Amino acid sequence: MNVHYLFSLIAVVALCLIAFVGVEWLGLQALFGVVLPYAAVLTFVVAFWYRVWSWARSPVPFRIPTTCGQQKSLPWINAAKIDNPTTTGAVIVRMLLEIFCFRSLFRNTHMSFHETGTGVRITYRWEIWLWVFAMAFHYSFLVVLLRHMRFFFEPVPMVIQLLENLDSFFRIEWMSSVVGIGLPGVFVSGLVLLAAVTFLFLRRLLSPKIRYISLAADYFPLFLIMAIALTGIMMRYFLKTDIVGVKSLVWGLVTLQPALPETVGSLFYVHLFLVTVLLVYFPFSKLMHMGGVFLSPTRNLTTDTRARRHVNPWNYPVKVHTYEEYEDDFREKMIDAGLPVEKEQE
Amino acid sequence: MADLPKAAELIKIDHKPKAKGWMETPVNIRPGMYCYAANPKSLDYMGFPNVREWNPLDQDWKLPNNWKEILFEGIRERLGRFRSFKIFMDICVRCGACADKCHFFIGTGDPKNMPVLRAELLRSVYRNDFTMAGKILGKIAGARPMTLDVLKEWWYYFFQCTECRRCSVFCPYGIDTAEITIMGRELLNLLGLNIDWIATPVANCFRMGNHLGIQPHAFKDMLDFFEDDIEELTGLRMGVQYNKKGADILFITPSGDVFADPGTYTCMGYMMLFYYLKQEYGLDVTWSTYASEGGNFGFFTSHETMKRLNAKMYAEAKRLGVKWILGGECGHMWRVITQYMDTMNGPADFLEVPKNPITGTVFENARSTKMVHISEFTADLIRHKKLRLDPSRNDNLKVTFHDSCNPSRGMGLLDEPRYVIQNVCNNFCDMPPNTIRENTFCCGSGSGLNAGENMEQRMAGGLPRANAVKYVQEKHGVNMLATICAVDRAALPDLMKYWVPGVAVTGLHELVANALILPGEKERETDLRQEPLPGMEDGTDE
Repeated sequence: MNVHYLFSLIAVVALCLIAFVGVEWLGLQALFGVVLPYAAVLTFVVAFWYRVWSWARSPVPFRIPTTCGQQKSLPWINAAKIDNPTTTGAVIVRMLLEIFCFRSLFRNTHMSFHETGTGVRITYRWEIWLWVFAMAFHYSFLVVLLRHMRFFFEPVPMVIQLLENLDSFFRIEWMSSVVGIGLPGVFVSGLVLLAAVTFLFLRRLLSPKIRYISLAADYFPLFLIMAIALTGIMMRYFLKTDIVGVKSLVWGLVTLQPALPETVGSLFYVHLFLVTVLLVYFPFSKLMHMGGVFLSPTRNLTTDTRARRHVNPWNYPVKVHTYEEYEDDFREKMIDAGLPVEKEQE
Repeated sequence: MADLPKAAELIKIDHKPKAKGWMETPVNIRPGMYCYAANPKSLDYMGFPNVREWNPLDQDWKLPNNWKEILFEGIRERLGRFRSFKIFMDICVRCGACADKCHFFIGTGDPKNMPVLRAELLRSVYRNDFTMAGKILGKIAGARPMTLDVLKEWWYYFFQCTECRRCSVFCPYGIDTAEITIMGRELLNLLGLNIDWIATPVANCFRMGNHLGIQPHAFKDMLDFFEDDIEELTGLRMGVQYNKKGADILFITPSGDVFADPGTYTCMGYMMLFYYLKQEYGLDVTWSTYASEGGNFGFFTSHETMKRLNAKMYAEAKRLGVKWILGGECGHMWRVITQYMDTMNGPADFLEVPKNPITGTVFENARSTKMVHISEFTADLIRHKKLRLDPSRNDNLKVTFHDSCNPSRGMGLLDEPRYVIQNVCNNFCDMPPNTIRENTFCCGSGSGLNAGENMEQRMAGGLPRANAVKYVQEKHGVNMLATICAVDRAALPDLMKYWVPGVAVTGLHELVANALILPGEKERETDLRQEPLPGMEDGTDE
């Protein structure tokens, strides 16, 4: 039994219950709708920047980029300008590709052993799925996030409207007496997000290697995001939360005039509380890879280390063995062997 | 010394981790898979702390009483000094993309050889001592306190990583396990826990100028011996110069090439190339007995030790008043030169920007370090048609090229050696793309693990490389593995003998020297290995 994922699952279920009980039975709308969201945003902003600042505070004593292609050397040899970048511009391109296209992950391979007539052959085949689902996950999350900006602006900016229209491209018009899928327009991003999170979870669960390396801290954010997506989807397509009420609540928060419309159901508060938890959890967890990737010294430095000197701010003098000490040690032998010396023997 | 299992046994590898979690699985230090502890004399000579006799197999490692405190302080100090270390401790998401990229994992199936877990060994302690989540949530957050078992685990697995950086190519955040291993080994060194295959070369290099501890007169003797061999072959004496003030170029190469086959043939290759350039173009190259080591096992000890050993290169270039430095074929030496030397011991403003006086090429890429790789140098000479070559002398060879880890992923020296090989040999083919260039596999013996007592570890770690060689041997009849690293030349012959019998190992400049037509040479009947040249076999012309 995998305690790591059970623990995380229980934690997320408990979080849902806390919000539900708090709102439904204890009437703590003000806590879950106003106090905690404000506190979470504040925590997120402060802690995120603190983490980034604490990384940036440590110097980069040596330039240690990983070179993933031919160096720039002789003029007639084609250099890999992006994978072995010698200029700041090329580093920026390399970083943009890392951040927006997950370029290194795109290289992923899968190793396997095969019996052949002459023994074992090891192969390394291109493995694209982790990249596909990682891209799907991050981009759908981004779209979902941007879509939610409609709650934060009045009037809703054109870009967001446009994004929403694109996102609901596959509009399904299907009605029944029980559910009316299609009426609000189905957002692809929400479904892709849920599918991608599910894949990432199943991968952790089913691949023996990945299961072995996974910590509770790896399952927890997956379950959390899964629960956020599920509650969001429930509200939109099934329970039909009062969207005008939600907007007035969020708008109240944005304009610092909090209001708690009666019409907003407890599922919304569960959704909001999970987001609150995510915001607080983010800066203290591995999710900080979002900030860290920008600072990774194996990717964000130029490789022209032989052409341009890099300065180490804490470079200190060390004890060396000088030539004089060396010659003193071996002078007689050197002279006998006919090797030149600085000082002839006394 | 442990018995080495047969190849047919060693290849039976189970890559599926056991059900029990890794934190609950204590380390099992197994003979054949580790290197002997450092000789106290060597550590003492370097002034390292906590010097003592100890044995990895003993229960008691005779640690100082405050060893946990030393480690805690050591980690704290390094977090403050290296952004790389700090970020790599924090941002791993354990996506597992690195897991099957490590040659030691592929070759052993030991899950703690997955780069992610190797780093987690250290991260778990970091979380426990330095992060809020770890302090509050403990094991749930992946934290665990430092214990003697954890320390032993560190020692075993940080000396089971060759700092080859293959995993860092695939990591979406560029997390470099080499960097973590480097820190791990620095920390272990604070407790006197080095291995002898690193510590003794370090002490030798410090005092005598090279890892092997060859004293100046003996160094000259060894090269004299090569002079005799070359004279027998070509009828010419190379007239190697030592410690010569005012020479154009100082040449520095790993001492391994002076000492053991097949590196010795590469060393002869350098001597013949320099003779040719002296005779034809008057280029004046000197060797040094003081800076007679290109490699730097200090790099496998600590940043400080690396700097202490590396200082000789610039110091000697300054003393001799040469224009610039030329470096021989070596792997980690070139990572040190490319990414550390100028920062640590520069600026070398007493040297000139390297310019090949024969071709007029200015090596702009080495404008600041003032040190050129001999592959770049020779490729430039060939390109400008400055060498008379007869590649048919290498016609008995079907050559493939092993990219060494450090020149590949710490430099990007990929096409220069291939260009040289293709101009001095007629038969060349590459191994499969996922096993060469920036995806190259380590020989399994790098970063100071090239000892005799850990043969099983080395053969397991070298399996992916060997398997790719086997592929081109079967498919294209490859019989020679060329490389530009002295550790490779020392390690790969054993590896080939074990996994791919029938493939020999050579340095690049052995191939060059075989093809190079020296002015005034007699007709050669054999190659540098004193084996008959193609067409010169006793009466059995092909």
